[in-house]
Amino acid sequence: MTTSVTLRVWRGDAHGGALSDYEVAAEEGEVLLDVVHRLQATQAGDLAVRWNCKAGKCGSCSAEINGLPRLMCMTRMNVFEPGQPIIVTPLRTFPVIRDLVTDVSFNYEAAKQVPAFKPRPREADGTHRMRQEDVDRVQEFHKCIECFLCQTVCHVIRDHPENKPAFAGPRLFVRYAALEMHPLDTNDRRQLLQDRMGLGMCNITKCCTEVCPEGIHITDNAIIPLKERVVDLRYDPLWRMFRRVFGRKTAVPPEP
Amino acid sequence: MPEYETHEFDVVVVGAGGAGLRAAVEASAAGARTALVCKSLLGKAHTVMAEGGIAAALGNVYPEDNWRVHFRDTMRGGKLINNWRMAQIHAQEAPERVLELEEWGALFDRTADGRILQRDFGGHRYARLAHVGDRTGLEMIRTLQQHAVHRGIDVFMECTVTRLLKDGDRIAGAFGYWRESGKFVIFRAPAVVLATGGIGKAYKITSNSWEYTGDGHALALWAGADLMDMEFVQFHPTGMVWPLSVRGILVTEGVRGDGGVLLNNAGERFMFRYIPEMFAAETADTVEEADRWYTDKKNARRTPDLLPRDEVARAINTETKEGRGSPHGGVLLDIASRRDAEYIKRRLPSMYVQFLELADVDITKEPMEVGPTCHYMMGGVRVDAETQASTVPGLFAAGEVGAGLHGANRLGGNSLSDLLVFGRRAGLGAADHAASLPSRPVVDQEAVEECAREALRPFEGGTENPYAIQNDLQETMHNLVGIIRTEDELKRALEELVVLRDRATRVGVEGHRQYNPGWHLALDLRSMLAVSECIARAAFERRESRGGHTREDYPQADPEQAKFNVVVRQRGDEVTLAAEPRPPLPDDLHQLLEAK
Repeated sequence: MTTSVTLRVWRGDAHGGALSDYEVAAEEGEVLLDVVHRLQATQAGDLAVRWNCKAGKCGSCSAEINGLPRLMCMTRMNVFEPGQPIIVTPLRTFPVIRDLVTDVSFNYEAAKQVPAFKPRPREADGTHRMRQEDVDRVQEFHKCIECFLCQTVCHVIRDHPENKPAFAGPRLFVRYAALEMHPLDTNDRRQLLQDRMGLGMCNITKCCTEVCPEGIHITDNAIIPLKERVVDLRYDPLWRMFRRVFGRKTAVPPEP
Repeated sequence: MPEYETHEFDVVVVGAGGAGLRAAVEASAAGARTALVCKSLLGKAHTVMAEGGIAAALGNVYPEDNWRVHFRDTMRGGKLINNWRMAQIHAQEAPERVLELEEWGALFDRTADGRILQRDFGGHRYARLAHVGDRTGLEMIRTLQQHAVHRGIDVFMECTVTRLLKDGDRIAGAFGYWRESGKFVIFRAPAVVLATGGIGKAYKITSNSWEYTGDGHALALWAGADLMDMEFVQFHPTGMVWPLSVRGILVTEGVRGDGGVLLNNAGERFMFRYIPEMFAAETADTVEEADRWYTDKKNARRTPDLLPRDEVARAINTETKEGRGSPHGGVLLDIASRRDAEYIKRRLPSMYVQFLELADVDITKEPMEVGPTCHYMMGGVRVDAETQASTVPGLFAAGEVGAGLHGANRLGGNSLSDLLVFGRRAGLGAADHAASLPSRPVVDQEAVEECAREALRPFEGGTENPYAIQNDLQETMHNLVGIIRTEDELKRALEELVVLRDRATRVGVEGHRQYNPGWHLALDLRSMLAVSECIARAAFERRESRGGHTREDYPQADPEQAKFNVVVRQRGDEVTLAAEPRPPLPDDLHQLLEAK
């Protein structure tokens, strides 16, 4: 069954832009990305939009849909109120390049600063032995598809670009958590998280968890345990004694 | 003359999926100044969609498994037309490549004693696929991506290569554009590794993403390299079929590996009627034996639901054609009645979500509807097995864009291992090549200007819509060069391709060069059209049925035609074909194929 919907799409670039209305056909069972593609193929050939897998696995087609950060490929058309325009705008936290495409390099730069995985030696038989239970909780973090919806919704940076240099954001905290809780990893990134990644700026409002299309419990399973670990670092009795003996120096930064 | 942004590297890797990332890591580790150039953002390449796992004879679940069995399975799955040396190297090196990923941070599912768990897949004698639920590709690409970032490799994201540059007969670099700005960029390099993946976007129903436009195949062809086995296109038997919006999206073979079975509309497990002679000795012929096989590999033979993909896709095609299909033109894939909900959600979490959210189907309660979808290109750049060097000095290819390993049909799980094994070898080969040159090749300025003119042509007022041409191309390839082919239809396809190519010369786009998908598609069309012609012509040439190439007018495999590969090459404007003899298989490896 074909219906007609009104897409109200933000068109523009770094210098400015505006919402434009388009009447586009929609078929039964479609997702928003299908309708955006139809718009592109029939009325607006140069409409800039990122996408790859169209199955919720690559995290490319992130946008703000009626104000909510979502993946366009996983937004079924039947979730919208019939007759109402559907407003599609680019992610607000990142600078616009063109139309629905934003400059997400902030996230890639932050990823470069993460101290690398550093495994313990293999067992004598050449294998690494890990229990599934220990792997499970890190596998939750590895589900991240890097759609950056958690980053765009995070109020620490959403309307505060001035915080960006000192704040890695939920996606990166998930990455740090994955490394810190990795059964094989031997690196320690806690001081870095505290001093330079702005872990303390998160006040656990869980906005990131709510928008995660992979259902990762970002706040409860990644950020809060990281905060606890950082607290452990600061109040570790051995560490206090060490500092008393050797003076109040900052900890040795982890190896890159 | 305009000045273009220009970069000097030793090795330029085009494509940042599993093969490209692995190649870049290796080239960089070998000391080469390495660039990684990709059409999308880093980490979004098609590898991310791989679900089931990485085939490697680790022997963690079945100690009987070893590289010899893996080699045998790969060759038989490929209908014996594979490059035997690649199949051997692949089977031998895959386990070490998997362990290496773990060393770089990948977390695979575990066995009870804490080692890497392995799962059953089609055509593999033993449970062999190292996996992470049903999102193995994501784990692999993220691990490689992070490893590459930590190595400090220069990454050029959202940058598309449109032409390779040459100095005489050897590679001198690559020409491309930034998608963000539309500005041109030149890479000067003595070695280029193509790792651009496949061609699925030339077909209407496909599991592939927009990037899969055959760029690497076309770049190699235009640069004078040989392509091989282009007639072999894999249709994965299980893509989603409903709603239309998701038609073609992959449903992992892991569903069957974990106990799911295929049913027609009468509830019959029809695969028992489609067991080919070649696999009869190792395939269960009763439901009882097939079900027992999941837990008893020693005394029971494999379920026919897990025959190689070409066999299953053809069977589904026949069932639906003869009126035994599901309501929306597929067949049923049932795991709900065979495994409990908790098991299904743990083993197949993303399948569960995909069907629930996109099709309103709860796979723990009801069967899925599935049908064939264009999934993988066995054919590609003809390469040297050891180094992945093409027939053009300085040009290398790895992963799906390379040919040889999979022969006429790829086994599930052999792609991710292919990316790792041959990505590494290509990176090494390219770095060695760059280091061995007494002088660096020189980029010809006139050639660069021609690349720029070609890329800007769609802005010169053409009237053909690129989206419409792509749509028509997909119809042609789907209807006339699809799963089942005939001489008449292939002839018609070639005629239609001539018309499409002519229309493409008049393609026009609106707007300007900054992030303009219409323009990007107009340029990708050149590759899709070139590759489509190669496929249709090679398919015309092979007058037999083998693996991913089924001819209704020549339904049998012909042993004589197993002796050659169809090679495609372009000289000037002319594309020519040749049947070239395959190197003979050494006796010791031949004996492995006969082993029971």
